[in-house]
Amino acid sequence: MSFQQWSALLKEGFNATSFVATYLCFLHVTNTYLFTHAWVYGPSMLPTFSVTGNLVLAERVSTRLGKVGRGDVVLIRSPQNPRKVVTKRLVGMEGDTITYVVDPKNSDRRETIVVPKGHVWIEGDNIYATSDSRKFGPVPYGLLHGRVFCK
Amino acid sequence: MGTQNFLWNVAKKYFTFGIIGLTISDRYASILPVRGSSMSPTFNPHGGSLTDDYVLVEKLCLEKYKFSLGDVVVFRSPSDYKEKHIKRITALPGDWIRTPHSNDILTIPEGHCWVVGDNSASSLDSRSFGPIPLGLVQGRATHIVWPPQRMGKLDRKIELEGLGF
Repeated sequence: MSFQQWSALLKEGFNATSFVATYLCFLHVTNTYLFTHAWVYGPSMLPTFSVTGNLVLAERVSTRLGKVGRGDVVLIRSPQNPRKVVTKRLVGMEGDTITYVVDPKNSDRRETIVVPKGHVWIEGDNIYATSDSRKFGPVPYGLLHGRVFCK
Repeated sequence: MGTQNFLWNVAKKYFTFGIIGLTISDRYASILPVRGSSMSPTFNPHGGSLTDDYVLVEKLCLEKYKFSLGDVVVFRSPSDYKEKHIKRITALPGDWIRTPHSNDILTIPEGHCWVVGDNSASSLDSRSFGPIPLGLVQGRATHIVWPPQRMGKLDRKIELEGLGF
């Protein structure tokens, strides 16, 4: 092939690559700053979400602006495994006094705790089968990943 | 009509470059200033000098969250998610640490790490707020890029005093 054909081919290749790269960057920005999707499964949020799985849409604006509130279902990076993002309900904000049942399957013992500054208290809807703040304590707000608004 | 088209094209170009820049800074690396003297003499050795140090923070480590002892990391503060701090990791999950000013031995829970500033005299770190979840880490500082006389790769060094076994 002549030099002209090579350079035309390279130019087209470069254009296509840069188009794909820009599209991927656009996707990343939307996922990180606007909204993203997540696949929720497991028994910890019954009956809100089913065991076999729900596809949910979460928006990432309110967590960045500090506008999530009690009662929101949130995506949060697990404090026990930073590679996992789990879904729980936000039950307490900083400064709240939370009274919770420590181990509902075995006893009725309740404990009271004040959520420290910069932290939140999260609980799964299904308190019999969930590992949440009742087990690992209040979590820093910085771990919040998004707020679920649609399933 | 022609000016409108031109302005629209310029706006589109800026928007595209902005998005690409944002993606690169989120996923690969970005350059951040270091303020304060809690990491002297590694950063800002003469506290209160006119210019802050700038470091290159790489974000590729956030895929696996696999850090080593002695890494300098940028993380969101556990008491105020809007603030970012930079400190050195001195203990990983499962390690034992002796808390200062008391004789307790503390185990670092899984998914957490213990961060300490190099200038332990004036540093607000895990000795005050406890181990932090690794999910709060936003990146790892690998090089100093400014000022030019201290440009270079950061070492992974930890002082042995205060470390568990």
